[in-house]
Amino acid sequence: MENQELLEMQKNACKVRMHAIEGVFNAKSGHPGGSLSAADIITYLYFKEMNVDPSQPKAADRDRFVLSKGHCCPALYGALALKGYFPEEEIKSLRHIGAMLQGHPDMKGTPGVDMSSGSLGQGISAACGMALAAKYDNADYRVYAMLGDGECEEGQVWEAAMFASHYKLDNLCVIVDFNGLQIDGSVSDVAGLDDLDKKFESFGFEVINIDGHDFAQIETALNKARTVKGKPTAIIAKTVKGKGVSYMENQVGWHGKAPNADEYKIAVEELSAQLKALEA
Amino acid sequence: MAETKKIATRESFGLALCELAKEHPEIVVLDADLAAATKTEIFKKAYPDRFFDCGISEGNMIGVAAGLASCGKVPFAASFAMFATGRAYEQVRNSVGYPHLNVKIAGSHAGISVGEDGATHQCCEDLALMRTIPGMVVLNPADHYEMTEAVKAAYEYNGPVYIRLGRLAIESFNDPDTYKFELGKGITLKEGSDVTVIATGLVVNEALKAVNALESKGINARLINIHTIKPIDKDIIIKAAKETGSIITVEEHSIIGGLGEAVCAVTSENCPVKVTRIGVEDTYGHSGPALGLLAEFGLDAQGLEKRISSIVK
Repeated sequence: MENQELLEMQKNACKVRMHAIEGVFNAKSGHPGGSLSAADIITYLYFKEMNVDPSQPKAADRDRFVLSKGHCCPALYGALALKGYFPEEEIKSLRHIGAMLQGHPDMKGTPGVDMSSGSLGQGISAACGMALAAKYDNADYRVYAMLGDGECEEGQVWEAAMFASHYKLDNLCVIVDFNGLQIDGSVSDVAGLDDLDKKFESFGFEVINIDGHDFAQIETALNKARTVKGKPTAIIAKTVKGKGVSYMENQVGWHGKAPNADEYKIAVEELSAQLKALEA
Repeated sequence: MAETKKIATRESFGLALCELAKEHPEIVVLDADLAAATKTEIFKKAYPDRFFDCGISEGNMIGVAAGLASCGKVPFAASFAMFATGRAYEQVRNSVGYPHLNVKIAGSHAGISVGEDGATHQCCEDLALMRTIPGMVVLNPADHYEMTEAVKAAYEYNGPVYIRLGRLAIESFNDPDTYKFELGKGITLKEGSDVTVIATGLVVNEALKAVNALESKGINARLINIHTIKPIDKDIIIKAAKETGSIITVEEHSIIGGLGEAVCAVTSENCPVKVTRIGVEDTYGHSGPALGLLAEFGLDAQGLEKRISSIVK
């Protein structure tokens, strides 16, 4: 990635983070930690990787994105708003009565959301169905599914993994946002997800381990995934929960809690400083 | 006249799917390792490229169906009623129901007439479970001809549909020359003024035999066939309540949450009359031959005749 492009991507990711925090703050609830850990990858998907057009959110040949870890939709909404699927003003009414932006993604109500999700383990199955539909139609669109690491404790993830491998869904790319924390603690303490890469490998996936905050690595991995034939790809992205807001980083307490006014002020200051540095 | 050859509605379903698929390439079929039992194998043989076995993973199957539907396909996903609606309930609710996707779910081996496999496979709760999902159409066809038309109607409806299929081969009582299926409309099979019997699915024919036998004993019962449990035909139920003063419901399903309670909801809000629910009474089934079980649970013609007679008198 060229320097200028990298800079633009970093700026966009910073804006996505600001939107995510803005949404959660105004909602007085939501999931900032995982939204921030996923923000860089989601930004890259919408601003470089995926063939999508916000003016035609239902185009048949578009690439699809399923946020299987649906609770991290504040980051998705941030990216969609920034991309132009809907006015950025909508972010402020996240989770409000009558608002377009629901607490978990709603494909019926929100332009750009390709699948309703939120009940963990279900999005990856829907992504398999989309990838199968592309194969059935000889269409060349690709399907991306983002999962949480804790989400991989759901049995359905592995049912879907078997399916994807069996049907050779090489147009499917699973990305695990491996931030290491879930509600009850660290994933290794709660249920143990050691060697997640080997687990996906043994289910027949091409597996790529990356740093999920390094755009060069994100780009290399997604480019490689596009060249893999005959099997699906899983990118295990090591991330930092709460990335970008100092007091949220690696703190499990920020999984599903909104910042208060003082905390919000600090978050905005920090993210604004990051954006200013990038714009300098 | 209707044929006398017996055929299970699961087989009627498989045949109807094949017929429908000829004209509609967007129809695809999913199964969870039960194609031989749900009879989607008929489709699989005819259209191997449009059939996808998901293995023994019903939750994933429903999610895959949702993804296919979001891309314009019309998936029919089949398994046993127990697993399609029970194990995968939450996938049906959240991945199919909530986004109102165009997925058709077929639950075979419903009710106690599964027979020898026993309680774990005798799903008597599927209609109740599927009724609770907003926007879900729930169909329970009673014979071969009704199933054939129901599959077409399910395809034509743009949204999620549950279709209940039976394992047991049964007689067809509808006349294919005059039969007309209308989604959400009950069918009066016999006029009567003493009481109205409202039946659904496999036991409709048993109820028909029962009310015909009762006629000679001086009981003039009306019989209504409800193939669409949801949306239910309120008009035909209210009319029956007003004209006959009492209702008896008959279903091969728990009396909790199925046809009986759907009818009670209509009468209690519109025309309160006494409703007696005949079905499986808050209990599990058990192993045994299907016909023997239907008799034991009082759901065969003789049992229904006796029960209806005792309720009316």
